[in-house]
Amino acid sequence: MQSLAPLRWQTGTIEQIVPRTPRTRSFFLKLSEPFMYEAGQHIDVRLTAPDGYQARRGYSIASAPEMGPDRIELCIEELEGGEVSPFFHMVAEPGDTIELRGPLGGHFIWSSEEGGPILLIGGGSGVVPLMSMARHRTASGSKVPMALLFSARTWEDVIFRDELLEMHGRRDGFDLVLTLTRDVDKRDGVHARRIDSGMVMQAIDQFPALPKRVYLCGSNGFVDAAANASIEAGIPATAIRTERYGG
Amino acid sequence: MATRGFFGRSRDPSLADRVPPGQSLTDGFPVLSAGPTPRVDLKTWTFTLKHGPKPVKVWGWDQFNELPQTKMTRDIHCVTTWSKLNTAWEGVAIDDIFADVGIEPPTPYILAHSVEGYSTNVPVKDLVGGKAMVATKYKGAPLEPDHGGPARLLVPHLYFWKSAKWVNGLQFTERDELGFWELRGYHAYGDPWKEQRYTDDP
Repeated sequence: MQSLAPLRWQTGTIEQIVPRTPRTRSFFLKLSEPFMYEAGQHIDVRLTAPDGYQARRGYSIASAPEMGPDRIELCIEELEGGEVSPFFHMVAEPGDTIELRGPLGGHFIWSSEEGGPILLIGGGSGVVPLMSMARHRTASGSKVPMALLFSARTWEDVIFRDELLEMHGRRDGFDLVLTLTRDVDKRDGVHARRIDSGMVMQAIDQFPALPKRVYLCGSNGFVDAAANASIEAGIPATAIRTERYGG
Repeated sequence: MATRGFFGRSRDPSLADRVPPGQSLTDGFPVLSAGPTPRVDLKTWTFTLKHGPKPVKVWGWDQFNELPQTKMTRDIHCVTTWSKLNTAWEGVAIDDIFADVGIEPPTPYILAHSVEGYSTNVPVKDLVGGKAMVATKYKGAPLEPDHGGPARLLVPHLYFWKSAKWVNGLQFTERDELGFWELRGYHAYGDPWKEQRYTDDP
């Protein structure tokens, strides 16, 4: 088990906001109290209204630990009818300070030292903690075989698309398999259906062995479908770790 | 420290004493778990009460459902900040499980176990006196696998990870042994009104 860093509330200053897709933006926060974290962990943010009312939400860290202990990247999807995500999308600006605490989570984490092969399966913004793992693999110079099976609505909704395509193009043991569930155009090498066991088998086809671990993140329905597809593809249930959001 | 430009959703003051700090209400029923939803076969399902390593009694599904049935409608609070009011459960009160065996709790601590090796620790005092049950129905229907079916622990006054899904046993322990999430950064007790979310929280 990891050692637990102090979980005091601290302030993060928004340094930069980068639109990723029409519905998601990355927020680069400078931490007042730097911390070490592991790929896959999250933080809690706390927003305070003038009357003292507070809202908290957990957000996964998108950056790799190698980015250093004093800055983190969050990637936040704007949820319709949400309370905290619309604040980030419509109000927050560079220079704003946000209260946060972390790093949190001791289960949905991966370090390159743990080895692999590693299969990541993400739906929509569920890719965010998986991106931290993929970036960690690259930044640490790891050669662990890794595949990311990423389901998004359309080509425009593929968060971190250019960076993922670039990682895939290096041919250094990282494979990206994309499926677009609502895209109108057919694209070479991109699936256009909901996730299934055939897609999982394709993703792990290059692996020398079954994945040591599988990380699934997305909505509850997506994670259930991805878990079933993985089990049908012959992966033991005990190798699968999940993180779910939404109702 | 007020956050610039944040006002939050409109709050209903009449619910102030039902929504703990840092929580917001949901009408949905989000699902959270560490791994795939296990497929539990009622024909082989068992529920075991243990004292340390020693089994005290084992129930099969039919036997377990012959125990007195209790209904509980309670507010529940998830550490990921959603709360849900008036959730309606049905199952077997922990008091009735102990009564069926005819024992007084021999230790002050319980470790609840689930299929797939998940566990969570709860003091006995938080399980007895009508405070907790093993729930087998939600809103009058058999509990769905996603929500912990066929049976989950229900300890509604603590954060909801304590209400272990797919529960298959309770174990009396001499000391307060930490469970799965408690070993991974979550609070040993988990009182939502004190915001005991993570290990270091007072």
